[in-house]
Amino acid sequence: MADQNVALMAHLMRRAGFGASREEIEAKAAQGYEATVEQLLNPDDQEGLDEDLILRYNPSFYQSAGIENLVLEWTYRMVNNPRQLQEKMSVFWHMILCAGHSKIDSGQEMGRMIQMFRDHGMGSFRDLLMQLSTFPGMMYYLDNTESHKVALNENYGRELLELFSLGVGMDEQFNYSEDDVKSCARAFTGWSVAPVYPPFPHGRSPWEFRFDPADHDDGEKTFLGVTGKLNGNDIIDIICKQPSTARYLSRHLYNYFVADEPQIPAWRLTPPRDQEAIKILEKAYFDSNYNIGAMLRAIFTSDFFKAEDVRYAKVKSPAEVVAGTLRMVGDHQEVKPGLYEISQEPKYMGMDLMNPPTVEGWHTGREWIDSGTLVERINFASDLLGNTEMPGVKAIVNRLASQGATVSPASFVEGCLDLVGPLLVTEDTRNELTAHAQKAGDLTHATAAEQSEFTRRTGEMLQMIAATAEFQFG
Amino acid sequence: MVSTKKDPVLAVLSLSGGNDGLNTVILRNNGLYRDARPTLGIPEDQIIPINDELGFHPTMAPLKKFWDAGKLAIFLGVGYATPSYSHFRSMDIWHTCEPDTVGTEGWLGRAMKAVDPNTENVLTGVNFGRGLPRALVLEGVPVASVGNLETYGLLTGIDGADQRGQALDVFGRMYSPAVGRGAVLDYIHDTGTSALKGADILATAPDKYSSSVEYSDTVVGQYMKNIAQTHLANFGTRILYTTSPYNSFDTHANQAALHSGLWSNVSETVETFFDDLREHDAADNVTLFMFTEFGRRISDNGSGTDHGASGIAFAVGDNVKGGIYGEYPSLEPSKQEPGGNLKSSMDFRQVYTSIIEDWLELDPVPIVGGKFESVKFF
Repeated sequence: MADQNVALMAHLMRRAGFGASREEIEAKAAQGYEATVEQLLNPDDQEGLDEDLILRYNPSFYQSAGIENLVLEWTYRMVNNPRQLQEKMSVFWHMILCAGHSKIDSGQEMGRMIQMFRDHGMGSFRDLLMQLSTFPGMMYYLDNTESHKVALNENYGRELLELFSLGVGMDEQFNYSEDDVKSCARAFTGWSVAPVYPPFPHGRSPWEFRFDPADHDDGEKTFLGVTGKLNGNDIIDIICKQPSTARYLSRHLYNYFVADEPQIPAWRLTPPRDQEAIKILEKAYFDSNYNIGAMLRAIFTSDFFKAEDVRYAKVKSPAEVVAGTLRMVGDHQEVKPGLYEISQEPKYMGMDLMNPPTVEGWHTGREWIDSGTLVERINFASDLLGNTEMPGVKAIVNRLASQGATVSPASFVEGCLDLVGPLLVTEDTRNELTAHAQKAGDLTHATAAEQSEFTRRTGEMLQMIAATAEFQFG
Repeated sequence: MVSTKKDPVLAVLSLSGGNDGLNTVILRNNGLYRDARPTLGIPEDQIIPINDELGFHPTMAPLKKFWDAGKLAIFLGVGYATPSYSHFRSMDIWHTCEPDTVGTEGWLGRAMKAVDPNTENVLTGVNFGRGLPRALVLEGVPVASVGNLETYGLLTGIDGADQRGQALDVFGRMYSPAVGRGAVLDYIHDTGTSALKGADILATAPDKYSSSVEYSDTVVGQYMKNIAQTHLANFGTRILYTTSPYNSFDTHANQAALHSGLWSNVSETVETFFDDLREHDAADNVTLFMFTEFGRRISDNGSGTDHGASGIAFAVGDNVKGGIYGEYPSLEPSKQEPGGNLKSSMDFRQVYTSIIEDWLELDPVPIVGGKFESVKFF
């Protein structure tokens, strides 16, 4: 049986980060659960990535405009950032406060947005909404640059309410009216982008936010029952006070960190899976004056997070499949070629990073899986776990061999499942894997030939485990 | 007597993002249109005439040929009561036929189930693109979803045919149907089993295909080519689906250039697609349906158009009775939907009803969720 502290730590690292090698999980389990949670919640207290080293080997990352370059850099950070929760939150916000390269057409601006999520993703939600509403790329993505005092464009005003804060409804009620959308959009007129310099001859320049008072509709507006000459920051203040905003954040965080929930369009009519948990998170939101970090602390220290019934209760996102598998096998832990191809993989699995399909982002949970994406996920993970040159796979081989001079097929399978998780599988799956292992009998490693066969069989077994339905969960 | 009639095939191209119907099939001489579209109005002399009243966007000349041949049906004022202005919600309504509650079953999923109730063919429906549109989703109905037809396959990284064969055997057994593992796990097992079957079959399609036509090097062009390849491979596929990517018809800004590019690509691709099918004598049993989740606001915003209501849909094919179906929505302020939007006069489920009943020859009521007066365009 797997050590319960290790199993819990593996769960924490899968959720609050992109998983970890068995060695790292054991080291963190020895350090203690609470201490690890605090470390995750306080990224500035620990050493980050060596930025100079990254730039030295990847000078093209400097103010990069190419989107593939940015996705490559992000993949590197997911795999290697010791501040794992910070990186995990950058993906979280990108999946919710969506903007996409297909329209923005500036890798530099997309990269800055992800960095903004890294910098502000665990602080005050009010600050984050202000950052977002003054972020040039977002103003352009949702056409606030086209919204004028004399010609209103409702796109940002509407999505801010529908997808970035309140949500359409909760408890079967609607959270706002069409009039609120208009007021909101009017309040954000004049929130725009300064004219961008032409890119030639010196390359692209960073975009800049600009508020234009002359283009701002300063008239009286009524928004969610408040009347006045409201500006965008007043709207954000009103939004942050709403119980619906607390509910919206709680459900999103629960869906991302705890267990798969129905998707946001269903939230008006479908109650949360765990109403008590949502209440705890809503309270943390208001008690902390809208602090995201406080909500995260409430999650990771709660019984509902540690409970065994939420382990592997989430279908892994493609980013988790890719970064998680790399971390498990210990690949690309240093700067080396080959990461570009890998950084394109989430796209093939249905998650084109920095380019969500719509402003609603990706649907999560079982919607990550269809017959096309399942094929991609299985092929990617089994190729890496089957590669016995990988440091993480070598470590698994060594640990299995340390069980004794002869390893029975059953304990071989048990050991493999333990070392890639501990992964919980159904009896049927375990039986099939064991039956396959039994065909070649006991495993030994006394001679060089036996060692080589032992290694081959380990790689093969890990490939099959990576192909299981259970491996799709994290 | 053995029937030699080919099974009817439905191809769907979703114009996601909300196509601007007013600038697609255009009122040629309407003062209200001119007033509402000071920036984006298409100059009268550039409109391709359909009749005295209506004309196509200038980039739609290839589609005009289908119109002239009597093989293009145009559906005007299509929508549903109480329009939603959210892309996702409105697209979901079109996908599920459930305007009042959030549905999880797609109308084409139900159609596939009716075509092949015992799942004898895992390729009854094939989607091209990343992620499965809800229209095709129904528990227990496998749909192959193909990002890239050239490289489709399972455990392709395992060297050696024997080793891969053994691994696929274990895979097949691990994914064999069982109940009671939990809904999501069961779903993944079913998906894995049908993926395995479908992949082996689909992998043969590109090799079987040769053609003298060339599709445009765009996502829509390449996926429509994949649809043709799959149809021509005779796998018994009855429903083929793809989506114009990234909500591309969501033209809030810079619409003049964007919308022209989108329609020139779509129009040319439709022509290429049918040229390809005709070259292989395989066009006579295919109907192509194109739709969008909503139209756009009547008035332009100076650069683009905001979300609106009441869209335009098209059907193309040798069996389609060409013509104009439905009424062009009025631009008169008193006849608009609140907020400066067009009012729809035809429910989208009326169009679906005709597709299901007259083309796929199935009972439309359970598939479109009720009895709707058929548009009858076949």
